[in-house]
Amino acid sequence: MLVTGGTAAVEARDLRRTFKTKQGSVLRPTRSTVEAVKGVSFEIAPGELFGLLGPNGAGKTTTIKMLITLLIPTSGSATVLGHDVVTDVREVRRRIGYVFGGDRGLYERLSGLDNLRYFSELYGVAPREQKARIGSLLELVGLTGREGEKVEGYSRGMRQRLHIARGLLHDPDVLFLDEPSIGIDPVGARELRATIAGLREQGKTVLLTTHYMFEADELCDRIAVIRAGEIVAEGTPAELKRLVTSGRVLEVETYGVADDVLASVRGVAGVRTVVVEDRGQVQVLVVVAEPDTEVTQSVLAQMGDTRVGRVSHRDPSLEDAYVELVTGAGA
Amino acid sequence: MSRLRQLWVCYRLQLKVMMFSPFEGFLAVVFPLMFATAALLVYRVNNDPEAMLFAGIGAAAMGIFTSQTTSAAMLVQRERRAGTLELVVAAPTPFAYVLLPSTFAMATLGLYSVVAVILWDWWLFDLPLQVENWPGFVLSILMATFTIALFGFLLSVTVVRYRTAWALGSALEYPGWLLCGFVVPLSLLPGWALPLSWALAPTWGVAAMRASAAGESPWFELAVCLGVGLAYAVLAAWLGVRLIDSARRNATLALT
Repeated sequence: MLVTGGTAAVEARDLRRTFKTKQGSVLRPTRSTVEAVKGVSFEIAPGELFGLLGPNGAGKTTTIKMLITLLIPTSGSATVLGHDVVTDVREVRRRIGYVFGGDRGLYERLSGLDNLRYFSELYGVAPREQKARIGSLLELVGLTGREGEKVEGYSRGMRQRLHIARGLLHDPDVLFLDEPSIGIDPVGARELRATIAGLREQGKTVLLTTHYMFEADELCDRIAVIRAGEIVAEGTPAELKRLVTSGRVLEVETYGVADDVLASVRGVAGVRTVVVEDRGQVQVLVVVAEPDTEVTQSVLAQMGDTRVGRVSHRDPSLEDAYVELVTGAGA
Repeated sequence: MSRLRQLWVCYRLQLKVMMFSPFEGFLAVVFPLMFATAALLVYRVNNDPEAMLFAGIGAAAMGIFTSQTTSAAMLVQRERRAGTLELVVAAPTPFAYVLLPSTFAMATLGLYSVVAVILWDWWLFDLPLQVENWPGFVLSILMATFTIALFGFLLSVTVVRYRTAWALGSALEYPGWLLCGFVVPLSLLPGWALPLSWALAPTWGVAAMRASAAGESPWFELAVCLGVGLAYAVLAAWLGVRLIDSARRNATLALT
């Protein structure tokens, strides 16, 4: 969904960011330049939930940090609600919320409530609105009754929910969520997904990065896959699945598969990717084939003495698409 | 009005953070007393009451200087390690208004150390404070504390850009004792060091304290102290904007 006519909530145009690093001793330093983001462009429409997927080091966080004004792009431009992220910093900051995953980013020795009070002041929440706003956010993230406890005693899930509340304090129009569900248990992650889905219903624009494909599949209107600093695919989850392979995925249960067998399977004509997944006692060969190609018999013929269990086919998932895109197998 | 409220609430909450921090607590409670003890033990050898009063007042100011320089330089580093630095920089509030309340919270702890050292001197060394001009003396203490806080503000701003700049605070601690004339008269310093002393607000703050104690007028020293302190504030605000931009350009905000 590209924005035509109206103003995009977020717009990135050929964003680039390089980092200069220095290694070695003081006397003999070795300098190098790393190009973390190489010309990223995308648009996010108002009210859209946009996912940015990619492996570690692909440039997701660097891209987000340029959009939230924490990093100045080396070249290219970006706007948030029409405000330039380099020249109109304060206006951008007033309108955005930023939440990242993990344990950090809170004052451990303050209570959850004091953390929210502190950031309310820094984000310019009007004094007469603070109490009600903090109360409703604590309710939203399920921390009502625990707000008086010091953050150092909070579980990871509680901290993450407090992060979300902090990011929403000033009722931002655009929210940047950088791997918010990382390290949270399944129940907490499900609650978090419900909270994020609720934000979209409220009309917020959300840019979400995550490693969890089902999360992106469930939540995102559109997804961009970023690999080595470049966007390699963009579309709805359904479009991405179709983009990579229109064939079916073959799954073969085995009980210990040797490396040479794996190499033989990879060599079968029509096989795009082969991934081995451990599922309890069983190793499952996940074979993605070229469109309109039947590889089942050829793959089984390569198994040799390997003990084979159930053989099944399924439709490609977003994860299959993602693996192909980030490994460049489809290229 | 809302800016004042923001400064007040942030000051109160930062003070709360520091009151719970064992590190700052240790610095604020124990260090000033130990330094004062060492200075007075040295001065007691001559059995000169005037020299003991000189050292007693200097040792009190020394405590604030020590706790401020070390803690102020660590302040931004602590935010960096906690992962809160990026969040406060990304807030719409100018960064100077984020740092100011924190440095004044530290100054409040420094103020405690002045009182603690004076009481300690009295109890351990039988050194009652003889002050001729109490209003001037109290004002001088407050001015010294205020300007040392502004010096801490200037130091903490530099740590935003350079993550190892926190070491600057520790490096300045002992030279500062000498240059500010806390326990050694400035007349003993070489001539080339005097301009450095004059550029340090605590030099004028402690001089005002001594002048008040002796019954002399502290107003000149107080005025210079305030002027130098305000110059620190202006310089810190100016540097702050540029160093934050430089940190955004060089990606040093998230580095630990």
